[in-house]
This record gives sequence, structure tokens and C-alpha cells, in this order.
Amino acid sequence: MTEGMSPSGLDDLDRRIVNALQGGFPICERPFAVAGKEIGIGEEELIERIRRLCSDGTLSRFGPMFNAERIGGDVMLAAMAVPEDRFATVARQVNAHVEVAHNYRREHALNMWFVLASEAPERIDAARADIERETGLIVLPMPKVEEYFVGLRLEA
Amino acid sequence: MIAQTQSRPIDDTDRRILMATQDGLPMCSRPYHALGEELGIAADEVMARLDRMLTTGAIRRIGAVPNHYRLGYAANGMSVWDVPDDVVGDAGALVGGLEFVTHCYRRPRHPPAWPYNLFAMVHGRSRAEVEEKVRTIADVLGVWGRGHDVLYSAGILKKTGLRLAG
Repeated sequence: MTEGMSPSGLDDLDRRIVNALQGGFPICERPFAVAGKEIGIGEEELIERIRRLCSDGTLSRFGPMFNAERIGGDVMLAAMAVPEDRFATVARQVNAHVEVAHNYRREHALNMWFVLASEAPERIDAARADIERETGLIVLPMPKVEEYFVGLRLEA
Repeated sequence: MIAQTQSRPIDDTDRRILMATQDGLPMCSRPYHALGEELGIAADEVMARLDRMLTTGAIRRIGAVPNHYRLGYAANGMSVWDVPDDVVGDAGALVGGLEFVTHCYRRPRHPPAWPYNLFAMVHGRSRAEVEEKVRTIADVLGVWGRGHDVLYSAGILKKTGLRLAG
């Protein structure tokens, strides 16, 4: 770990905040004060820093991450082989569905990988069928059969 | 309480709390009190419900959700492996236990185009770093890793997360 500013533009304090707060944010009357004490900064400064990390895009958000399956919904990964000359159009068609939570382009014959997520499990299959109909392409279902680990924590 | 939450994962009040926080917590000194005021729920109840949803797993965690590109993790490789079905559970536990693997799942094969049944996500500051981590996975799997590929991300097309409808 280097001192001072990193290539990502974060200073040491930003990194400490990102590393310390990828989970375990307290549930109490003044959680920023409690979390700040652990990091060694005051409540106001922590709030200001988090606000800035959110607005400059370092953090996508700050708050609870919920688990669709545990609130009665469902999540499914899906993959498509999209012809290059139609890629932008198909991406628009796919992304237009509210059930599409994430969509990544990947370097492979299966070049579009997206996650369908919904509170209503039946909407997952419906969205998959709609996307196949709209694009004329096959959507390969890649549902999770078993989960071994999910704990995305990245050191800043 | 857990049995009850399993039969009915979350109630309407829980749902209103999740809806109100899906873009993030209020950035103020007493965020749970601010939420309570917004929703017309006592702050103590907001906190008790968040606590319970953390316990039941409806909430995975509360905190910062980083954008991995902005943290300098330029290379995002989805490593996929063809592992014999009868050992995939053990293989998944081993690979999922590696500290640099951020997600690890068993998924269905779609032969012949897609022979892989074990997915392990690896982030790195460069492709060389990802490749080194993938070699470590290959070492851990040994003969169980009959074939593999790494699908690098070439761009985020959408990233909103699960959205609860209003």
C-alpha cells in the first residue's frame, strides 16, 4: 500500500473509510459518530467524505444491500451471444427492462452477461422470454445452483 | 422470529424501509431518525427492523458499496471451470475460501457451447494480476479443473442493482 494519493485519486483517509465501512455500519442513534471514532475522524468529516465518495463515483452508494432471495424475490444470471453489429441496440433493449439489475460486456462468444432480479420470482422468466422475443436471440439461463461465497470486499 | 420471517420474509413496513434506503442512507448525523420521520415510524422501530433484517439475511450488510473500477481494479475476470459434478461442492468450498475470490457459485452447464459449472469472480489491478490469481485457483483445483476460461469485463452496460417497485 502506497502513501498519500493513489492512482485512483483517493487519499489515505478515503482508503481507510472505504476499507473499514464495506459492512458493519452501526445501527444506533449516531452511527457516523460511532464509525468515525473507529476510523479516527469526527462525525461531520465522515459524513462529508462519504458524501464526496458517492458523488465522485468511488462508491455506487452507501446504505443497506439487500438480498433479493431473502425478501421473497429472485435473482438470475443470464448470458447472450450478441452479434457485434447489433450490440448497442441489443444492450438498449436488454437494459430497458427494470428487472435487469446489472449488465456487463465480456470478451467471449457469449459477450453479454446480465443479472435479472425481481421481488416477484415469476418476473424473472417473463423478462427472459421478453428479451428473447424482442431481440430474436437466445438467453442462456445461468441460475445459481449453489453459493459458496459472496463477500465482495475490495481493498482500496 | 426466524421461522416467522421465513414464512413471510419481510412485511410492508420492512419493505417501506428498504424502498426508502435503496439509493442509500440519509447523509446526516441521525440517519435512522431521519428515515423514521420520513416514513412516520419511530426511530427505535426503524433500527430494530434493520437489525432483524440483518440477522435474517434480508440485508446482506450496511455500508459502502464501492465501484471497483474507481478503486483501481481495472481488470474484472469471471473465471469459469469445468469440475466433475460429484466434487463440485468441495471444489466450490476450496475456491470460495480463497481470500481474493469475491463471488463463487455453481451454475448449470450448457453443453457443448458452455461446459463450465463453477464460477469464481476475480478482480485485479491488471490482467496479469488476475491471471496470477487464476493460476492459484488452477493449483487449488488440481485434476478437478478439467478446463477453464476467463471472461474479462469489457464494460459496464448497466448497474442499478435490484429495484423495488413503488
